[in-house]
Amino acid sequence: MRKVFKLTDLDCAHCAQKMEDAIAKLDGVEKVHVNFLAQKLTLVADDARFDEIARQAAEICHRVEPDCTLDI
Amino acid sequence: MSKKQKKMLARILAGGALFLAAELAPVEGVARLLVFLVPYFVVGWDVLWRAVRNIAHGQVFDENFLMALATVGALALGQYDEASGVMLFYQVGELFQSYAVGRSRQSIAALMDIRPDSANLERDGEIEEVDPDDVAIGDVIVIRPGEKIPLDGQVLEGSSSIDTAALTGESMPRMVEPGGEVISGCVNLTGLLRVRVSREFGDSTVSRILDLVENSSEKKARTEAFITRFARWYTPIVVIAAAALAFIPPLFVGDFRGWITSALTFLVISCPCALVISIPLSFFGGIGGASRCGILVKGGNYLEALAKLDTVVFDKTGTLTRGTFEVVQVAPQPGVSQEDLLLTAALAEQYSNHPISQSLRRACGGELAAERARDVEEIAGRGVRAMVDGQEVLVGNARLLEDHGLRVPGCSEAGTLVYVARSGACLGYIRIADQLKPTAAEAIGRLKQLGVRRTVMLTGDSETAAKAAAAPLALDEIHAGLLPADKVQHVEDLLETKAPGGQLAFVGDGVNDAPVLSRADVGVAMGALGSDAAIEAADVVLMDDDPAKIALAVEIARRTLRIARQNIVFALGVKGIFLLLGVLRMATMWGAVFADVGVAIIAILNAMRALKVPRKDT
Repeated sequence: MRKVFKLTDLDCAHCAQKMEDAIAKLDGVEKVHVNFLAQKLTLVADDARFDEIARQAAEICHRVEPDCTLDI
Repeated sequence: MSKKQKKMLARILAGGALFLAAELAPVEGVARLLVFLVPYFVVGWDVLWRAVRNIAHGQVFDENFLMALATVGALALGQYDEASGVMLFYQVGELFQSYAVGRSRQSIAALMDIRPDSANLERDGEIEEVDPDDVAIGDVIVIRPGEKIPLDGQVLEGSSSIDTAALTGESMPRMVEPGGEVISGCVNLTGLLRVRVSREFGDSTVSRILDLVENSSEKKARTEAFITRFARWYTPIVVIAAAALAFIPPLFVGDFRGWITSALTFLVISCPCALVISIPLSFFGGIGGASRCGILVKGGNYLEALAKLDTVVFDKTGTLTRGTFEVVQVAPQPGVSQEDLLLTAALAEQYSNHPISQSLRRACGGELAAERARDVEEIAGRGVRAMVDGQEVLVGNARLLEDHGLRVPGCSEAGTLVYVARSGACLGYIRIADQLKPTAAEAIGRLKQLGVRRTVMLTGDSETAAKAAAAPLALDEIHAGLLPADKVQHVEDLLETKAPGGQLAFVGDGVNDAPVLSRADVGVAMGALGSDAAIEAADVVLMDDDPAKIALAVEIARRTLRIARQNIVFALGVKGIFLLLGVLRMATMWGAVFADVGVAIIAILNAMRALKVPRKDT
């Protein structure tokens, strides 16, 4: 499944890269891309566990840049 | 400016005033520390807070933490004004940076402002405003003048002019009438239209274009990929170097304080932000600017390739020429009437959508008696074979007739010759001519000026027709009489003989040339408005069918790359110099903070130039 999420208050380009790297390492993630300029995160992951993975991704975003939230 | 930014500005102004006051205050010792701590906290409390919070989250090499460490270190060494001033500068820089990023985002959002918000769906005679996503294929929608066309479809009723500027950069409106196609993302200007939807919103032209531009950042240019890799290592290395600088030299030469000061300047410049923001921004800007001109580039890597074009291969029909054919001569063999020749050809070709067939039908005028032709069979690259009135008819190029052992009459005039044979006898030929596009000569000329070494034309037409058509163009090579498979072979040969490091682009109309488009380094499809095949197969898509746009695309690509390179050299250069000065103990914290945020701002401003494409009216 492929889904695009909005990232609110993503202000740091370096953090966007860190998020992408960390989420890519999650189990079940096929592809992830953080678009700093469009403030969007594209996640392609395992259908069965998609919601769980999205939740983990949101957690990572929060950990890397606490001011930024991933709208699930 | 956003609310957050305004707040920050107020804090900076207040902090700045307090900082000046502190500089002028005639106090020493602890009192001096206290007066400088006031502006320090006013401007920098959020940096300190985030530093603490992010450490708790395990983010060690976070820029807030590094900034906090550097300034707290300066305070500990008694450099109060430096600590306070550097924090102030840093925040000014961050504000500028956030403002610049915000502006770039707005420019990009403006670019994306082609997404329709709603559709007027006709249901049981009532008109209802719905989300374009909720409209199904076959539904009927109503588009009022001034509204954006929400979905692709066919006009049932009404005629109007359509503004396609948002998609093509072309300011001339198009006319549509019942039976014609309308394309989502365009604006309906003058008349009310009833349209039968032909595609769901997710597959519509507007969705595809938006997807394409938004996802273009996934295909990174080599330059961009390099920066990403670089950034991953830069911060840890600089921080480790700072630690080494603080503790190792003093063991040998003493002066612990001095070396720590140098180490702190290292921390201030350890964020790779200038590069991490400005390089992707340059590419995105270039891609965005290009799309404003109706040139969609599917990724930074293609922009990079466009900048290095060595060979440009053009398909002839529909690319350099208009692709609208007109019958200019009907030349029957003795004993055959002109009408008979033309009608036979038109009947055999009546099911084909090829522009040549269309021109034959137009030349006949009126309705064709469709049932007179049966068993129509297309022979790729040659023509068709059909049974007309029970007799075998061949319509196609000279090769088709020669394959069947027939001799064909020659013709030295320009145009495409369509030969017609019936029951094994040649009836004669019909000459069809296509016209060069008005900008074709300019397109080739400008590419030459830009240093493209070879321009090549490939065509399925005969040698004479190709030479005649291309006479006004300064092409380097012309290869005629090619079957679709030959085109791939020719492109492969050209790929082998291109200059090292140079790139080859193939420009076609995207209809029958998908294999060639994908074989070339850069596949360029033109006239893509409404043609999915073209949008799908190509790496660069020209929304309208102006070949001069290729030269413009090259110009945009070169400019973008130049800007990206300037930023890399500038940012790395300045940081490198300051790191060196730091080792030589000549760097101040003031300088270091400039090397960090100052450079980032300048690089972002420079990157924003990529978005602004000088619009040339052609």
